[in-house]
Amino acid sequence: MSAPIEISGLRKSFGTTVALDGLDLTVAQGEIHGFLGPNGAGKSTTIRVLLGLLRADGGQARLLGGDPWTDVAQLHRRIAYVPGDVALWPNLTGGEVIDLLARLRGGLNAARRDDLLARFDLDPTKKCRAYSKGNRQKVALVAALSSDAELLLFDEPTAGLDPLMDRVFRDHVDEVRTEGRTVLLSSHILSEVEALCDRVSIIRAGRTVESGSLAQLRHLTRTSVTATLEHPPSAAELAALTGVHDVVLDGSRVTLSADTDHIGAVLSALGAHGIQTLISQPPTLEELFMRSYAS
Amino acid sequence: MTASLVGTGTLARLAVRRDRVLLPVGILGITIFAVSSAKATLALYPTVASMDAGIKTIFASPSAVALYGPISDPTDPDALAVVKTTMFGAVLLAIFGYAVVRRHTRSEEEDGRFELVGAGVVGRRAPLTAAVAVATAAVLATCLLTGLGYAAIGMDVAGSLAAAAGWAATGLAFVGLAAVAAQLASTARGCAGLTMGALGVLFLLRAIADAGTGVPGWLGWVSPVGWTSKAEAFGADRSWVVLLGVGLLAVCLLAAFALLQRRDLGAGLLPARRGRANAGATLAGPVGLAWRLGRSSTIGWTVGMLVGGLVIGSLAKSAMDMFADPAIADLLRKMGGGVGLLSDVYLSTELGFIAIIAAAYGVTTVLRWRAEETQGHTELVLATADSRTRYAASHLLVALLGTAALVFALGLGTVLADASGGGTLGGAGRVLPAALIRLPAVWGCVGVAVAAIGWFPRWTAAIGWGALAFFLVVGEFGGVFGMPQWLMDLAPFTHVPRMPVEAFAWPPTIALTAVAAGLCIVGVLGFRRRDIG
Repeated sequence: MSAPIEISGLRKSFGTTVALDGLDLTVAQGEIHGFLGPNGAGKSTTIRVLLGLLRADGGQARLLGGDPWTDVAQLHRRIAYVPGDVALWPNLTGGEVIDLLARLRGGLNAARRDDLLARFDLDPTKKCRAYSKGNRQKVALVAALSSDAELLLFDEPTAGLDPLMDRVFRDHVDEVRTEGRTVLLSSHILSEVEALCDRVSIIRAGRTVESGSLAQLRHLTRTSVTATLEHPPSAAELAALTGVHDVVLDGSRVTLSADTDHIGAVLSALGAHGIQTLISQPPTLEELFMRSYAS
Repeated sequence: MTASLVGTGTLARLAVRRDRVLLPVGILGITIFAVSSAKATLALYPTVASMDAGIKTIFASPSAVALYGPISDPTDPDALAVVKTTMFGAVLLAIFGYAVVRRHTRSEEEDGRFELVGAGVVGRRAPLTAAVAVATAAVLATCLLTGLGYAAIGMDVAGSLAAAAGWAATGLAFVGLAAVAAQLASTARGCAGLTMGALGVLFLLRAIADAGTGVPGWLGWVSPVGWTSKAEAFGADRSWVVLLGVGLLAVCLLAAFALLQRRDLGAGLLPARRGRANAGATLAGPVGLAWRLGRSSTIGWTVGMLVGGLVIGSLAKSAMDMFADPAIADLLRKMGGGVGLLSDVYLSTELGFIAIIAAAYGVTTVLRWRAEETQGHTELVLATADSRTRYAASHLLVALLGTAALVFALGLGTVLADASGGGTLGGAGRVLPAALIRLPAVWGCVGVAVAAIGWFPRWTAAIGWGALAFFLVVGEFGGVFGMPQWLMDLAPFTHVPRMPVEAFAWPPTIALTAVAAGLCIVGVLGFRRRDIG
């Protein structure tokens, strides 16, 4: 069986603006996949191509083994979607919207709906115009999570939620994972991605710059080391070591960054000079992103 | 007082900047329409005698007076030159003034932009004051330019001034009413319903005052729409009626300020109600959704059409009494194509005019479909198992069946009122087909808007309303402007058999239906293949 999402070389332009410039993305069955990138990188455009709302200019996009543009009705029965900016009908109640979206998808799990309403603490009798941003988001989340969809597409789903509700959301994504369903989660909240995702893809300016498990990605980056040495060597001597960068020597205190692959050799070299104190910090996800987002 | 007005100037400039297209188009559009129509009429009928035949006979009928208002002075060519445009222009101006106020008050508040503005150094009354100021300036500019235009083409100066003053009275009144409605209703749609409902009722009141027999004289002064009639431009020249408009605007503004003081941002005075926790059985598919979104508007318009039919039916008898004069009857019969009863001519003319209004409902329904898309709702629905074709078809279904319901209600109202007044028009068997025969042309107007949504979505409103305005001008004023026949043929209403004056005919009916269907299909095909959003 093919992967739920397979995208290669996807292109999409709006007039002269290039939104997607040869994007690649593969999401495997049963994984929670983090989808990251700066504002305007093309995350929402990618998701909207997958939903068949936008027609790609070039490249391949396969959704659950089908064509997202032509096989709309058949594919959409098997997916659920939460947009980043949830717009609801102002004159319908939250409960009506949840039921409507479920019926349009082809069915509703009533027990799960009521459970979700209780856990998200959402009043379904209010008109949508009276909901705050967070509550509108909850309506879309309840509608999506109460479905039996095998693939869930979340576009920054927790942007308006309070930490308590964020927790509820994470619990539900964990449940989805245990049920073997697949999730594509676009997000800016790095702690959320770190806690939830099995693999991540980072995109910038419409192209994929990194893709892999968090452990793999960490490997590509540098560990920062701060040490106080008994007999500090010269800065040039340290800089000559393989995989060492940005050496700063301040008396007996040395700060450097080392390629994660060479960290063992670097530490032994420092050891020869008598380590008194040592702080070694693996790259945080944040640094990973900063490196990928910037350059 | 002044503290609550801080920022008014800045907000007014913002409004002018945002409306840099709408304001000039509205001001110049109405002005050019009025002045060029007057000029064309004066050129078409060089003598008062020729006007007698061309215009005055039409205004022998109370239905024409109800629609256009009375002739202020039957012996003055200037009065005859403006009689067909005066009331029409006053209504356009009222809508223009109301639309500008609503755009910069309730719509802004509903879309959440007021919040951003309100957090700045902006007094509580500033947004409303700025909107009213811009709308007032736009209305006055239109009136002034039209008055100057009339004078420039050689019409009586005092009369030109009175024409401008009459319009200003009506226009400013609706700027004020819109300001109050924007405070009462908690949504832009509610504000539209209140103001347009008031326009309908007040227009009707004026129609009864102008055309009815045995109504008390003061009734004409009650309705702000009637102030345009009461100005009697190129007749009594009552320029002072503008003071009535200014007075009502001032009263409304004070009332709106008082309401503003009592409510929260985003809220109206009519409270938001709770609703049901579960969707009802009808809110199940795309059709259910499209109907739910269009339900209140469809019901409102249908009731409006029923009332319109009641007016046509109840005026039928007095119209026939007027035609008792054999000379007028002869002339009307000739104008109606030389065949058929006078009551048929009356019925066909009235139904034809109101059918165009039913088409306006069709256009608003298609525009709601477009609004669904721009507001991000379409995205939610199309992310489910609903296909684009089904989605488009459900909105189309509401537009087509809705217009059918409207036209049927129009016929029904006519039949009911006429039956209670003695059956001048000849019963349901004669009236209903005469109403329903307009439907293919109405659907053609819907089709134009649907084709636009498929291929030029950003221009849906401009194309939909533009086409309708064009059809209306061609139908009502094509003869006056001396438009070439091919231009008149572009309007679907030109081809409708004028039942019951003319006999029913299959070819135009089939052709119009086919064109409407073709446009709808083209539009849906376009909608299927383009990007959403």
